[in-house]
Amino acid sequence: MPDLEDLYREIILDHYRSPRNRGELASPPAHRIEGFNPLCGDEVVVTLEVEDDRLADIKIAGAGCSISQSSASLMSAAVKGKDLDAVRRLIRTFKSMMSVHEATLGSDGASGDGSGADGEGAEPEPVDLQKLGELAALQGVVKFPVRIKCATLSWNALSQGLDEAAAAR
Amino acid sequence: MSRLDVETIRKDFPLLARSVHGKPLVYLDSAATALQPRSVLAAMDRYYEMTHANVHRGVYATAEEATRLYEAARVAVGRFVGAPDPEREVVFTKNATEALNLVAQSWGRRNLAPGDRVLLTETEHHANLVPWLMLAEERGIVLEYLTIDGDGRLDLSDLDRKLDGVKLVGVAAMSNVLGTINPLARIAEAAHAAGALVVADGAQSVPHLPVDVKALGVDFLAFSGHKMLGPTGIGALWARAALLEAMPPFLGGGGMILDVRLDRFLPAEPPQRFEAGTPPIAEAVGLSAAVEYLQGVGMDAVRAHELELTAYALAAIDERLGDTCRVFGPPAGPDRGGVLSLDVQGVHPHDLAQVLDQFAVCVRPGHHCAKPLMRKLGVTATARASVGLYNDEHDVDVLIEGIAEASRLFA
Ligand SMILES: Cc1ncc(COP(=O)(O)O)c(C=O)c1O
Repeated sequence: MPDLEDLYREIILDHYRSPRNRGELASPPAHRIEGFNPLCGDEVVVTLEVEDDRLADIKIAGAGCSISQSSASLMSAAVKGKDLDAVRRLIRTFKSMMSVHEATLGSDGASGDGSGADGEGAEPEPVDLQKLGELAALQGVVKFPVRIKCATLSWNALSQGLDEAAAAR
Repeated sequence: MSRLDVETIRKDFPLLARSVHGKPLVYLDSAATALQPRSVLAAMDRYYEMTHANVHRGVYATAEEATRLYEAARVAVGRFVGAPDPEREVVFTKNATEALNLVAQSWGRRNLAPGDRVLLTETEHHANLVPWLMLAEERGIVLEYLTIDGDGRLDLSDLDRKLDGVKLVGVAAMSNVLGTINPLARIAEAAHAAGALVVADGAQSVPHLPVDVKALGVDFLAFSGHKMLGPTGIGALWARAALLEAMPPFLGGGGMILDVRLDRFLPAEPPQRFEAGTPPIAEAVGLSAAVEYLQGVGMDAVRAHELELTAYALAAIDERLGDTCRVFGPPAGPDRGGVLSLDVQGVHPHDLAQVLDQFAVCVRPGHHCAKPLMRKLGVTATARASVGLYNDEHDVDVLIEGIAEASRLFA
């Protein structure tokens, strides 16, 4: 059985209690994307501004659980001011960290006796956690499959925002 | 009324013997779905092992037996809610949701015209809301709503005015979020005086309270088998025979016709008219066993036990958690059922449910299919603990211990 400490790392709780880059940028000129997690009613609003292939500014609004809100806060801190290629790469790396275990979840979730034998044997392609910095604190989320959607909510909104920004140019 | 012996009852539910994360399961999610006693599982096994055949029109022995069991289940379920004429008045459906859709799609489409008004409440489950919103979109009926006061009780002060010109009232007998038990008899009397019919959503009341459609005076009652110790895949609509007789079919197919030609069909009499296709036969047998189990315990005893436990929980939460944990809905009393929607300071419902899972406590975070009510309460979600006849004070104690731990973690 995965431990709660795997999920609620101190960094996560810190970002939940004191979220970074809170608020909304005026839109327009900023791009504004809303993300919803119908499961738990989580809601995240990402506003971002792109200047010369750089994510010049980003702000996060909305309300939700500690995982969705801390993930959004950590994300904003990690991508703000970065060039767009680096942001896209980070999105990919984060998403793959969030899906690493998906292939093995079937055996995990369905273990009939609930004894905690997680069948976590086959670990596909490792994600370079170094590159993720503080974001690596979210890796424990994959052990709690229903929470993955919470963690990826803001990232999907960011990705959509970048697409919109690209299309607008 | 005899008291319910919860220790003996717990032994009848195999799932309560299970451990998760090395701890005994604390099941507090009966409002979502209830557990099954062994007798229900055995009845369904026995049916599949000894009888299984399609119902109606079979002449061989097992087919005749399957039909008899299925029809006997109809009568048992009807009697359980006080139906005066269960053979004709009980329609088996997939669940309460389908039963409510049946009312909207069959009675509603036949009887509601553009501009006609339907009065609902802002506390309704989406199952008694979306079917009417669909009709509003399709044919321009107008929806109006009864609102709640600060305690989560319906504001009925201007009921008569609100009923003016209304054709149908739709109301949950008990709220799946607030636990409020609504005064159906009073609402039905006022509705009838105003010339409106009443459809009651009994998904939460039929499993937990003595229910008698004659005493309530409602015209339709929808409920689900899986919330009343029965299996999934079966629910029921009770309706006055005269209403059913005047209603067009809902789904078309086998079993619901008298005759079919290439250019027309003649529908069967109710209730068959509303049961197209092979029905949930084993599920009906299981539901019948569930009803028998509940009657064996006695619904008065079930209700008394659950009210006592709800009162214990509300008092214990107040005493041990104080202002950090808010519970929506009225105080414990005759109009309060065993549904506890929790709002814990600084802890999102999703996180609360996650921490509680470590204590093997099963509660449900989310909007509970009542998004308009969530907005009214000013929250996006709650964590809901709900009791059944098999819960005891120990379950509540573990729940509170888990909530305290979550508060510590997120402080
Ligand atoms: C008040 C109420 N109405 C309707 C339903 C729908 O029940 P089902 O999903 O079994 O159709 C529920 C259960 O979630 C409920 O609590």
